Amino acid sequence: MNWLLEPLQYAFMQRGLLAALLVGILCAIMGTYVVIRGMAFLGDAMAHAILPGVAIAYLLQGNLLLGALFAAILIALGIGIFSRGGIIKEDTSIGILFAAALALGVALISSIQTYAVDLSHILFGNVLGVSPSDLWLTAGLGLCILLVVAVNFKQFMVISFDPVLAATLRLPAEVLRNLMLLLLAVTVVVSLQTVGVSLAVALLITPAASAYLLTRRLFPMMLVSALIGAVSSLVGLYLSYYLNIVSGSAIVLTATVIFIMVFLFNTRQGALRHRA
Amino acid sequence: MEKKLPQEPARLEIENISVGYNGTPVLQDVTFHIPHGARVAVVGPNGAGKSTLFKALVGLLPLRTGQIFIHEMALGHHLDCVAYVPQRSEVDWKFPVTVSDVVMMGRFGHLNWLQAPGRGDRQVVQTSLQQMGIADLSDRSISDLSGGQQQRVFLARALAQQPHIFLMDEPFTGVDASTQEATLQLLDHLRKQNVTVLISTHDLSLAAARFDAILLLNKRVLAFGPPQEVLTPDNLRQAYGTHVLDMENGTLLVDDCCPPEKDQLHNSHAETQ
Repeated sequence: MNWLLEPLQYAFMQRGLLAALLVGILCAIMGTYVVIRGMAFLGDAMAHAILPGVAIAYLLQGNLLLGALFAAILIALGIGIFSRGGIIKEDTSIGILFAAALALGVALISSIQTYAVDLSHILFGNVLGVSPSDLWLTAGLGLCILLVVAVNFKQFMVISFDPVLAATLRLPAEVLRNLMLLLLAVTVVVSLQTVGVSLAVALLITPAASAYLLTRRLFPMMLVSALIGAVSSLVGLYLSYYLNIVSGSAIVLTATVIFIMVFLFNTRQGALRHRA
Repeated sequence: MEKKLPQEPARLEIENISVGYNGTPVLQDVTFHIPHGARVAVVGPNGAGKSTLFKALVGLLPLRTGQIFIHEMALGHHLDCVAYVPQRSEVDWKFPVTVSDVVMMGRFGHLNWLQAPGRGDRQVVQTSLQQMGIADLSDRSISDLSGGQQQRVFLARALAQQPHIFLMDEPFTGVDASTQEATLQLLDHLRKQNVTVLISTHDLSLAAARFDAILLLNKRVLAFGPPQEVLTPDNLRQAYGTHVLDMENGTLLVDDCCPPEKDQLHNSHAETQ
């Protein structure tokens, strides 16, 4: 048991663990929507697109999370504007904005002298550098996301599954879609701390994809996804501590191993079971 | 949103509507009134605007001109009053929902934004599943269903909406015999409930045998009334043009192919003069 408790004697490790758990669960829950709605590319793009926000906040010595949040909301709105009315296909407008924002972010960061270290923290996360105020902000944002998902659960399900029914029920589909985009943006921002922008998409989709293989209803899928997200974060952080590897990578690799196990061995639609 | 609905089945009044996607309208100047509880078949050649009419009726397509009244109120005032089963439900069949989850969505129009379905809603879902003969599939994942079963799930969902007006777009096209039978039984059930039913179909003999009225459509309303008045040689020639074949014994043959994206079944219907 000692090896379990040993890392926890450090306050930064306690905070890191809490942050990783929060982020793992949140990403896994929002990731459920990302997986069932096929928004993986959007999630990835959004993660990279917040880079300039982080860079500007860093240069101004403001709160990185707030900078990222601001950038994410701008990007979410921008994607909506470019692809409105089908002038440009959505994935094209996502691609344009995402690359532009990433370029701007790198340009800004490269003007900082210590940029190699800072860039790696932003790209790959630095869960051990989470401050108490970051932790509170993460918890607050996470609670908001969960609340909005709970309130709109039925409606999100209908607009995701059957837009025709959503229209006949006169649901405000456009508003709900944008709300979902906003939730995704906030989730990505929160995940910045543990896995960084380059790996955020993995935390969104990998646990949710495992849960998709294990369940056949939306709500159980969310719960299982959250559980897998939490386990991946916990195991990943301990691996990172003992093997001395970057925490974001350790978390994502843990989630990936879980996915591969589920893909091969689950009883519902496992790849190996089908052939048997 | 919570409008008190009159208890009698809906009267549907379509006044001079024109509907289209881009460019020229698909439907022009369409006017007809459907009395309480009537069962109407909408027939016409491919591209006549049958699906477009249904989409306009549920508000999926905006009206360019004209108005639609249900219970003498403009469209949109009755949220839970019209149920619509599209020709081919374009949903993601790999979505993580069970059959009963999908049918339960039919109840959402009766629930508040935050309200969870109650025992009454589950009861309605159960009877809807039984009516369509798929009660034993209720816990199945929708990805496990056959095409006919999928169709029945959507019919059950529309039934669970407890609508006053029931719209079905080509429910008899490309489904197996048992689903066709279940759909016909559903029609009788809806008749008992006094629900107004509109169905589009290519099957003219079915339309003549099972429906109170036929709406013959080709961009415009060509004829509307009891089957024997609508399915006259003149009307059919006007609607189907070159797809009508005059037989020597006075029989008129309407040769109308199903939409190309569906199965390539050739439906031939004979109509005796």
